[in-house]
Order: sequence, then structure tokens, then C-alpha cells
Amino acid sequence: MSLKQNLHNLKEKYKGTKMAPAFNAIHTFLYMPNDVTHGGTHIKAADDLKRTMNMVILALIPCLLFGMFNAGYQHYAAIDSSLRDNVLTNFFTFDNFWIGIIKVLPLVIVSYGVGLGVEFIFAIIKGHEVEEGYLVTGMLVPLIVPIDTPLWMLSIAVIFGVIIGKEVFGGTGMNILNPALTIRAFLFFAYPTWMSGDKVWVYDAVNRAGTADAISGETILGSYAQNQEVIYSNWDKFMGFIPGSVGETSTFLILIGAAFLIFTKIGSWRIIVSTFMGAAVMGLIFNQIVAADIITSSSKFYGLMHTAWYEHLMIGGLAFGAVFMATDPVTASQTNKGKWIYGFLIGFMSIMIRVFNPAYPEGVFLAILLMNVFAPTIDHYVVQGNVKKRLNRTKLKTA
Amino acid sequence: MALLSKKDAGLLTDPLTDNNPITVQVLGICSALAITAELKASIVMALSVMAVLALGNVAISLLRNIIPSKIRIIVQLVVVAALVIIVDLILKAFSYELSKTLSVFVGLIITNCIIMGRFEAFALGNGPWKSFLDGIGNAAGYGLILVIVGFFRELLGSGTLLGFKVLGDPIEKTGLYAIGYENNGFMLLSPMALIVLGIIIWIQRSRNKVLIEEN
Repeated sequence: MSLKQNLHNLKEKYKGTKMAPAFNAIHTFLYMPNDVTHGGTHIKAADDLKRTMNMVILALIPCLLFGMFNAGYQHYAAIDSSLRDNVLTNFFTFDNFWIGIIKVLPLVIVSYGVGLGVEFIFAIIKGHEVEEGYLVTGMLVPLIVPIDTPLWMLSIAVIFGVIIGKEVFGGTGMNILNPALTIRAFLFFAYPTWMSGDKVWVYDAVNRAGTADAISGETILGSYAQNQEVIYSNWDKFMGFIPGSVGETSTFLILIGAAFLIFTKIGSWRIIVSTFMGAAVMGLIFNQIVAADIITSSSKFYGLMHTAWYEHLMIGGLAFGAVFMATDPVTASQTNKGKWIYGFLIGFMSIMIRVFNPAYPEGVFLAILLMNVFAPTIDHYVVQGNVKKRLNRTKLKTA
Repeated sequence: MALLSKKDAGLLTDPLTDNNPITVQVLGICSALAITAELKASIVMALSVMAVLALGNVAISLLRNIIPSKIRIIVQLVVVAALVIIVDLILKAFSYELSKTLSVFVGLIITNCIIMGRFEAFALGNGPWKSFLDGIGNAAGYGLILVIVGFFRELLGSGTLLGFKVLGDPIEKTGLYAIGYENNGFMLLSPMALIVLGIIIWIQRSRNKVLIEEN
């Protein structure tokens, strides 16, 4: 008997009991359901929620694999900086990937295990079907945390994020805030020492701190915030051979993911483009302020304000946030005009928070969460504006 | 004969559960968020509010027939302000450190909606003994939530309870800290107090049959 048949039998057996949603979820996740809708005419589309989610996961896979290599590469390069002279030969090695396997895979497994566990428990208590919303969140979470994040912290954050960020609002599709970013924000506010500084971004740097083998892995933004120069070239920054959260360093692969999402019409190109535009505008404003000598090199904001606007687009989590977080269809604006405003403000505020935040030189997740809250308001005014325009048109006609 | 009639006992126990001033009436949230980072401060705040509310209720109840209704709010404010100043001075005299932690929030008991609410809703229409019980009951309901929130925030945020290091020493790495546990800094921030409060309301509303609303 095939697995499908087995699952189907189990599903029938538990039908009507409390455990039914759990078996249903496993069954429909792996296979097409046996029974299709009867009667009437139906428009059939291949992209149900599960397929949509799977497309986003596919777009994230390159970032994950790159992040696994990068985990090892940053570790070894921090010990022996000569590795950086020949990136391409030293990057795709099995040693690098092995560190990725032992450090990144547990993050993925814990994120999925805990998150889906919470989803299943809620589905069983509330008696609804298990929703697929966590499939993408579970993949996003390991990519946006520092590599050395302890697993128990991640578990607590995931439980918090799924319950407070999503389930209290009624589950997938009803949430105001992006759950993955809620998890990231919880980690940031709860355990700041594990989320910022120059030790957490490179594997093993925390354990080695204070010993003779100490290594440092300050992010580019962290160095700029302290008015220091960095050793990475623009090529490194674009391709992602830099320290940072697990999967957000490679702007190149993120853009490939973006192309894929736009091609499959899952991600909104309006949001992606306008986010980059907003960030570029804010970066240019800061560049002009520096060029006008309003901020001199003695200011603590000089380093980040001085950073060229196109560099701002490549470093930090901006590209990842713009492509994979801001475009979340549930929490973003729904109207086309609203999407432009929403994305632009995300980019604009990301760079502003990045420059002015004294505790942590990055603001993409805060900017996106803030705009998540404002997205319905933006939509409301866009719709009202349209209503008014149409009313005026009818008035003109009748007059 | 019981010490209290059934109705009087209800005055004491209702505010603890079905008619809790914080979780059901959603009053007095401000101070519940501000001062609950430590359990000790929560307890002292609860006791201060209890003293002010019980004595204030009695005073308003005694004066209820001679207060002209047009100026009753002013009279209530005078009564509560006088009591708050007394509480503030007592705190300053006997536990100066704590009164510094509570800082302005003792003074702000004046603006605590629960107090004016009980004066208006209860003390103006009932006798002094009932008003006294009502004051104790409502302040206890308020204090109960404060203590619960304070308990979790101090335990998870600082790893202590009433200042005792119950989870071990974070610097010496003893107890739970030896296996890598860390304090949750978010718990010490006010937003987390709101979330803890929300969770308490959530649990209460889903368990208490009286409070479940029709959709």
C-alpha cells in the first residue's frame, strides 16, 4: 500500500476527531487530495496557497545554500585573512559547507519543527485546518538571524512570533505583522547581546572571545557605524562574501530570487522597485548632506552617511527585506498605488533608521514592521481617493 | 453567621475575576505597564492603590449626601489627591529606594481611572462599609494582575524574584545560567508588559464562560 493510501486511510480513520486537521495537513502537503469539489463550474488554477509558498521557498534555496557556504567561509577567513585574496577557489569548499551543515541546518530544523508544532497545536485546539503560512516563515527565519544564535532562543522567539504575530489575529492571512520579522524583532529586543556587536556574525567568534584565538567578524554596517573603513570590495558586497545574518548577504542571489518571484507573479515588482528607490533616495540625501559639509568626519553619523547610496542597497538586510519580507502579500498594501507608497517608505525609513539607530546599525526589519502597521491606512486613503475621483467624474457628467 | 453577607462577599470577590478592573474593564493599564518590571514595585503599588481606594471610597461615601453633584469631580480629586500625598510621603519616609523606583507613578495614582471610576460608580451611591469592601476588592483585583505581570516580568527579565536570584547568578554563571540560559531583555520593556497583559486577558476570556462574547 502506498504512503498516499496509508495517509488517506489514517485521515478517514481520524475524521471528525480532534486530530483530523493534523493528518489532513500531512496528506494534502504531500499529495493532491483524493476528492475534488463536486458539482458546479470551477475555475482551476494551479497556484493554491501551498504552491505559492513552495515557489517562495524555491526562490530562497539559493540564498540558503550560499549562506551555508558563507558560514564556513567567514569562519575560516576570519582566522586566516589570506583566504579572501582568492575568493572563488576558497569559497565553494566542502569544509565551508560542513560548517554550514552543522550550524545552519539546525536553525532550519528548529525553526520548522517549533513553528509547525505550534501551528499543529493551534489547529487541533481551534479545530481548523493547518494553514500553510508557516512554510515560508520557517525558511525565512534561519536566514535572517546571526549564525551563532542559540537554538533555545530561536525556539522561544518562534513560539512568540507564531502566537503573538499570527495566531492571535486568527492565523495565516489575518496577521498584521510579518511573523518572520516579529520573530527577528523579538530576538533583537530580548537578547541584544546575541543579535548585535562584532562577535555574533561569524561562527565560533563568541566562544573564542577573550582567548588567544579570538576572531572578529564585524559587519560592514557595524564598521561604518564606528567610522571605520572595510576591506571588502564592491564585488564582495554585491556577491555576498561578507559577514552578516545567515542568508541575507548575497544581493546577487536575492535579485535572482526576486526575478523568479516577479516572473511567477508571486512577489510584487512595485514593492521591490519602490523599496530600492526609497533607500536610494534616502542614501542620496545623506550623501548630499555630507557633500555639503553639514556633517563632518568627526560626527558619529559620518561613516554611514558617507556611505555611497548604491552601497547602502547592497549591504545589510535591505535587499533581502525588500524582496522577501516587504512583498509578503498578507501584510503589504493591496492597492497598486499603495504598494508604491508602502515600498518607498520602507526603503526610505530603513536607511534613516540604519544611520540614526545608536544601538544597532540596521533598520530594515523595524521599517518593514512599521509599514506593515500602516499598510491598511495607506490602502484606505488610496481607495477613498479613487472613490472621490469617480464621484467627481459623475458629478461633471451630470452637471 | 458568616462574617460577611453573600452580597458583601461578592463586592470583594467579583473584581478579582469576572469584573476585574484591569482585564475586564481595561482600566488602570498605564501604571500596570510602567511599574511591573519588578515584583516588589508591583506589590507596593498594589498596596498604595488599595489604601487610597479603600479610604477614598469611605470618605466619598460619607460625604455623598452633602456633595453638590455639580462639583463632585473636584471634591473627588481633592480627596484622592490628599490620600495620594499621604501615601507618597509614607513611602518616601520608610522606603526611599522603592519610592524612587516608583517615581512619578505614585503621584499618578490620582489619574488612575479605577479610583475615579469606583468613586463615581459605587461610593456616591452606597454606604461606607460597602464602599470600603468595594475599594478593597477592586484594588485587590488590580493588585492581583499587577503581581502576576510583575512576577513573570521580573522572573524572565531579570531572573530574580523580589530581588532574590532564583535562577542563579548571570555573572557567576550558576544555576540555569550555567547551561546557557539568558535573561530576556524584552521583558523589561513596557511593550512586553502589554503583551503579557494581553495574554492574561486572552486566557481569562477563553476560560471564563461569563466573558465569552458571541461573534
